[in-house]
This record gives sequence, C-alpha cells and structure tokens, in this order.
Amino acid sequence: MKIGVIDYGMGNLFSVEQALKRLGVDVVVTADEAQLEAADALLLPGVGAFPDAMKRLAETKLDAFILAQKEANKPLLGICLGMQLLFEASEEVAPTKGLGIFTGNIERFSGVSRIPHMGWNDLQLHQTPAWLQDELPAERHVYFVHSFYAANMDDAQLVAFADYEGVQVPGIVMNGSFTGMQFHPEKSGQLGVFLLEQWLKGVAATC
Amino acid sequence: MLTKRIIPCLDVKEGRVVKGIQFVELRDAGDPVELAKFYDEQGADELVFLDISASHEGRETMVDVVRQTAASLAIPFTVGGGIRTLDDMKRILRAGADKVSVNTSALERPELIKEGSDYFGAQCIVVAIDARYSEEDGTWMVYTHGGRNKTSWKAVDWAQEAVRLGAGEILLTSMNQDGEKSGFDVNLTKAVRDAVTVPVIASGGAGNAEHFRAVLQDVDTDAALAASIFHYKETSVAEVKSYLREKGVCVR
Repeated sequence: MKIGVIDYGMGNLFSVEQALKRLGVDVVVTADEAQLEAADALLLPGVGAFPDAMKRLAETKLDAFILAQKEANKPLLGICLGMQLLFEASEEVAPTKGLGIFTGNIERFSGVSRIPHMGWNDLQLHQTPAWLQDELPAERHVYFVHSFYAANMDDAQLVAFADYEGVQVPGIVMNGSFTGMQFHPEKSGQLGVFLLEQWLKGVAATC
Repeated sequence: MLTKRIIPCLDVKEGRVVKGIQFVELRDAGDPVELAKFYDEQGADELVFLDISASHEGRETMVDVVRQTAASLAIPFTVGGGIRTLDDMKRILRAGADKVSVNTSALERPELIKEGSDYFGAQCIVVAIDARYSEEDGTWMVYTHGGRNKTSWKAVDWAQEAVRLGAGEILLTSMNQDGEKSGFDVNLTKAVRDAVTVPVIASGGAGNAEHFRAVLQDVDTDAALAASIFHYKETSVAEVKSYLREKGVCVR
C-alpha cells in the first residue's frame, strides 16, 4: 500500500512519515499531483497558521486537487491543522475560507484556563467510523496540541471528541472517504498507532 | 479530561546521556534513544532532552539523536540547550522534535521567542525559566547561564513577557529546590501558574510521588518534570502515576 503525504510546505512531516513507515506502508512525500494520484490514500498534515496553509494550497493548486479527490472518493486523513483546513472557515489570524468538506468553523478556545489545549486527553466515541474494524482499547488518551478547534460542526460528521474544561473538542471527524484527526496520532503512543493502523486497514479494504 | 503530564528529563552531552544513570537492564545506558524508549514504555507523557554539549560537533550530534528518537518514538519530546537562533530551532524541529526550549538566549534577545513562535506556532516554543528566591528583592528572580548569572527580571514578570512574545509553555525550575529532593517549590509554581494562561511545567525538587501530587493537585499545575529520581530508579514513572491515580489526580 502506498500513502501520499501532501507536502505543501507546512510543518514537520518527519514524524508522521516515520509512523506510517513503522506500520509497513510505502510513503511518498510530495506536492506532485500525479504521484499523489497514484497513491492509495492521502495524508494532509499541517502545523502552523490556517491562512498561510490555505494560501500555500491555493498557490500550488492543491486545494482544487483535494476537492477533486473527495469527489473521487479517495481516502484522505487530515491531521491537526490538516483536519482544520477541511472545514468551512477559520478565525485564526484573519477570517479565512477553508476547503468546506466538513460543516463548521475553526474558532479559538475561550473560557478555558489554559491555551493551547496541550497534552493527553481521552477520546469519547460518538459513532463508529467505517474504518474501525477492531475494538477500541480501554486506554483512550491521545496527544492534543492546538489553540483553535472545530466549532458548530455537523453531529453526523463527528466520530469522537474530547472534553476540555467543558468544551467539546472534535477529535475525529469523518465525511465519506475523508477523515480528520485533531490530535497527533503519530505522537499518541499505542493508541495513536492503533488508530493509524485501523485507518490503513480501512484504506486497504477499499482499494 | 486533560491529564497531568509526567516528564522525565535527560541530559545529553555529545550525543550521550550523562548524569549517573542506573539502568542495568539496558544494553547501553548512555544511549538517549534507548532511554527514551524505556521511559515511553513506563508511561512517560513527554520527554525533555537537554543538550549540554560544549562543542559545535556535539550539537550537530544532537540533531542525529533527535532524528533517531523521532523515528522510533511515538510520544512528544522537547529539546533544549544551545538554541540561540531561528536556524537552530529549524534544525531541531525539522529533525523531528515537537518543541524547542530556550532559556538564556531568550533573555539575551527576547525577540527570539517571537521569531520562533511566528514561524512554528506558539505550541513549539517552550521558555525555560531558572528562578531563585531573593530575600533582597522579596521575590523569585530569573537567572541565566545555568543559574550562574542573576538578571533583573522577576520570574513572574518574565513568564508573562515570554507568553506575550509567543511562548506556548513555561518550564519553570526552582533553583532553591533543584537537587534537594524535598519537593517542588509550590509557591513559585503557583505564582507563575496564576500569572500566565499557557501550561506550566514544574521542575526542581522531586523526591517522591507525593511531591508530584502536591504540585499537580494543590497548585493545579499542568505538568511536572524530574531527572535524577527516575534515572537513579528511586521511583519510576509508572509508580508515580499509580500513586497519583490513587489520590485522584487525572493521569494517562
């Protein structure tokens, strides 16, 4: 199996690439559409600010490419900022439109004692994603680090969330072949490995 | 619910872990990657590598250590020591570290915090503060160069300034308590914790599991760091966590 990591110049791709390699898949990190097209599934990573990321995607025309992949039902996993970009809009730095695949908008935390939401929080399953084949382990902590979160989202697209001082933080979201994870599965120990593995199994089942 | 984090700290010199390590079961007790894995298996929530290399070559070696650690470990880790420029940050973060920690260099040139934060995001920039109580000033003052030089900054003021400049986390070491094993400085930690809105890691003075409980539960700080009690196996991360769980502290 081959995973295409979309390289649009934002953030640290090394850890996620390594995590996938440890799971025995081929990984290609590229901005080249032909190579991404040839992969069985795509990964949209991202660390940094939302407007910079959208600008980069527009400049490289990868925004249109990603939307076309949704139409084609290609599996894609967005991680952290890579998940947020799939929503309608964000208020980070300046109001910016996103890719609009998920309903909802990205807002800064308010009414919490600490920002960023940094550390290990437990996932509560809202519904079972199609790619989850095996039972979720009892230990459900994953590693979050973010100051903005997906608000006003469509309940039908919510898979799992974490509670941060009363704020429901979407942790896993899903719409058709597209999945988003707000936390970092590549930094979330055993459970992170399990979730990546399950997602890959789901990909293997569809291709 | 967000859990409290337990963070072992490893001193690395020229690519090797130093400071009396007692891990007989490890093939090579000086290998940072092996020790990192060991702590990961025990349930450490994060790790801090403090690079104490004196030479340029030693710091280059640290980049290799970071790359190997990132390739084999699935928990976040921070690298501090010798980071003076945005380029230094880039080298370490691109090699796979999740955060960099700055101390003296940020006091010498506070804009470094802003440069790093603007470029990588606040969550990647940890500002480490070494503080000692001063009778004369009636508060905790900030020291540089590993505690050798006193600055004119009050710890609380500097923490606030660091956050204003874009620090995403504060790593706060009590120089009074460091190495004493008589507990974290709860008053210092509380003062800084209450003054900023980013997570605060308490450091210096851990001697037993109860010390962790006090700083995490009574002060409600976000994380606690220790080095020697874990290295010398006076206790383990797993033991500390099981004690904390028993006392009602939310841990992973």
